[in-house]
Amino acid sequence: MTAILKFENLAKSWFGVPAVSEVNLSVEEGTLLGLIGQNGAGKSTLMNMLGGVVQPSSGGMEWRGQPYSPSGPADARKSGIGFIHQELNLFTNLSIAENLFVDGFPRKRGFLDKTTMHDRARGILSRLSLDLDPKVLVGQLSPGERQLVEIGKALHHEASLIIFDEPTTSLTPREVNRLFDTIAALRKDGSTIIYISHILGDVMRLADHVAVMRDGRLVDDGNAADFTISRMIRSMIGRDLSGYYPPRSCTPGERAILELEGVSQPGVIEDVSLTIRQREVLGLFGLMGAGRTELARVIFGLDPHASGAIKIDGQGIAAKAKGRIASGLAFVTENRREEGLMLDASISDNLALVALESFGRGPLGVVEEESLATRAAEVRSELQIKAGNIATQPVKALSGGNQQKVVIGKWKMREPRLFILDEPTRGVDVGAKYEIYTLIDQLAASGGAVLFISSELEEVMGMADRIIVMNRGEVVGEIARPDFEKEKILAMAFKEEPA
Amino acid sequence: MMLKKKSLTDLFLQNATYVMFGAVVLYFGVQQTSFLMPDSMANIVKQASFIGIAAIGMTFVLLTAGIDLSVGSVMYVAPLIAGLLMQALDLPPTMGLFIAIAVGGVLGALNAFFIVVLRIVPFIATLSSLFLFRGFGTWLTSSKQFDFADEFRAFGLSSLFHIPLPIWMFALVLILAHYMLSHTGFGRQVYALGNSQEGARKAGLKTASIQARCYMMCSACAALSGYMLISQIGRLDAGFGEGSEFDVIAAAVLGGVSLFGGVGSVFNAAVGAILIQTVKLGLVFTGVNLYAQPIMQGFIIFLAVLVDGIRDKRTTALLKRTIRPIQ
Repeated sequence: MTAILKFENLAKSWFGVPAVSEVNLSVEEGTLLGLIGQNGAGKSTLMNMLGGVVQPSSGGMEWRGQPYSPSGPADARKSGIGFIHQELNLFTNLSIAENLFVDGFPRKRGFLDKTTMHDRARGILSRLSLDLDPKVLVGQLSPGERQLVEIGKALHHEASLIIFDEPTTSLTPREVNRLFDTIAALRKDGSTIIYISHILGDVMRLADHVAVMRDGRLVDDGNAADFTISRMIRSMIGRDLSGYYPPRSCTPGERAILELEGVSQPGVIEDVSLTIRQREVLGLFGLMGAGRTELARVIFGLDPHASGAIKIDGQGIAAKAKGRIASGLAFVTENRREEGLMLDASISDNLALVALESFGRGPLGVVEEESLATRAAEVRSELQIKAGNIATQPVKALSGGNQQKVVIGKWKMREPRLFILDEPTRGVDVGAKYEIYTLIDQLAASGGAVLFISSELEEVMGMADRIIVMNRGEVVGEIARPDFEKEKILAMAFKEEPA
Repeated sequence: MMLKKKSLTDLFLQNATYVMFGAVVLYFGVQQTSFLMPDSMANIVKQASFIGIAAIGMTFVLLTAGIDLSVGSVMYVAPLIAGLLMQALDLPPTMGLFIAIAVGGVLGALNAFFIVVLRIVPFIATLSSLFLFRGFGTWLTSSKQFDFADEFRAFGLSSLFHIPLPIWMFALVLILAHYMLSHTGFGRQVYALGNSQEGARKAGLKTASIQARCYMMCSACAALSGYMLISQIGRLDAGFGEGSEFDVIAAAVLGGVSLFGGVGSVFNAAVGAILIQTVKLGLVFTGVNLYAQPIMQGFIIFLAVLVDGIRDKRTTALLKRTIRPIQ
């Protein structure tokens, strides 16, 4: 066996923050490497360097014994490296055959040679045991079939290394089995495969070799035979950061503020029931694609739900976000720049956004500027937003932490009952994180409740009274503060899908 | 597992144009039987061929999810330049035809330069060239009427096997454009680009060149359309082609070419052009108040755009990524 691919001290940092550091790893030809790690462990960055999407900061790669430094995705493709991304890259208005050949159609006398194209496409499809007419439009295929077409693209480009990034997320169990059969067939033909997945059972089943990443480093690797699921989880779990979180100043009351009973939406969430009580911080943890944000959007009324009930204070709730805001819901989204703020507008204007109507007076709803400004100043000092003149300074001039406080502040103007915070500490520096944690505690202590969504397990454990774990759109576990244990929670989040 | 079952709604949305077409013909036919005579039908196709040719060109641009507002001005200025050259060099109308198309291609290249190289949004870029091109023509003629030689009008009114020249041109352009879009690599890449520009770039397609060729195609067709239309009258007024861009875009969209890109064919555009002409003539036949006719046209175009919007929303909903399988 020879190494087809080697990473040598490969590292990448973004603006001085390391995403991948000093990775040394070699992949043997014809084997399947399972690559695992928590969200943000650096798997994607590592693969993007391999695919030429991202350029390494230092270190290098070796491909078939030669130095390899792709300058773009086309280079990687030419070298024989194929990617099956989580988000498929197919043209839905073209046929299967056209998708395979779109970057270089076979031609005859200047015209498209459809006969040759369809014959060759049929050959590729039969290698995938995909019994489909190559003339069928991709838009008519199921997610599983589309994924196989994407694999067909890699075969057409004669890829000898194929990287799968979370390939099973939107597949039915039957489609998953077919995908695994295809992977087995690819391996028989001598292809090398890197398989990235959160489903540890699948990795155990498929891999010859397992590599675990954490905080941008390769922390464990070895033969799959020597791995167990609990070793995988242990390796993925990081350091302990006790004393990093402010003490909680309140305990949950008895009264339920928000109740969900069997809420489902096909393709998104399934039978979700939960209760959030007064003065409670409920942590919502799950891996990427577990459905946390999707659930938050359903609760807030941005997306519909097909069945089940959502109640606030024991009462039914309006169908749309506007009505739910009126009954006391607030939603701090995960992309504050795109969804949470008007970056060029002043701090005051941003703060006023949600509450604006309630400051309108008279039949025309003329805004009472003075009382609005007074309230904005109150909120500003409550949240300790560090800024100059809030009436003139644009939000984009603030630090990440203070921008996040403005987003929280615009909801605070109305004193909501339930705060949904989706990744509130993302892209915020360490000091500001602590302030946001303190704020979370205050929001709960002042009588409301907080639904705290995060993919950083440590911070959820640091702040929540109770944690609910999601996996593939379902609530798979609930655990109270005294029983918090990383291994337990991660095992729930990585729960295997019964095939 | 193929999704063979299509809902009735989707079936209607896909064939909305033909349903509307059938309804319109039926309605006017019942109102006035002479409307269904071959003569009036042939007249409709002839009158539709001018907007039709331009709408076929517009299809290329719409397929890339772009838009070209300058076609009305191209219809004016390209034949004008051809006419001036014909006059100066004493060229026959057939030569003038090629000159007009070539000038159209150059104007399209200019649009492409604004859009692809300078990266100006197509709407704004072609809005400015609308004024730019027409302004150039006005400057050339000092806004005076331009008279072509008599042989030019004879050429325009000629016919082959009893079929008028404009219809031949319409058919020729239709077949050529159809072959280009569905039987060449370029054509299929146009569809790919319209489906996802980012995806096309990732797949290594030369998106800039594909877009540029579409704008050139559009202007060349507009030039031909203008040339054929003027050859029916033999003279060119300063206001010629003003507002035609909306007829052209409406014809394509009415036929089922999506404003969102990637959906539609040149046949759609041709049918759309004929449908608009059918409505126009039908309103005359049934003696609807002349001043009320634009209201009807507006209503039909509104319907077409509405259907396009609903269709697009449904496709987007179908393609939405899910985090768990839908069984």
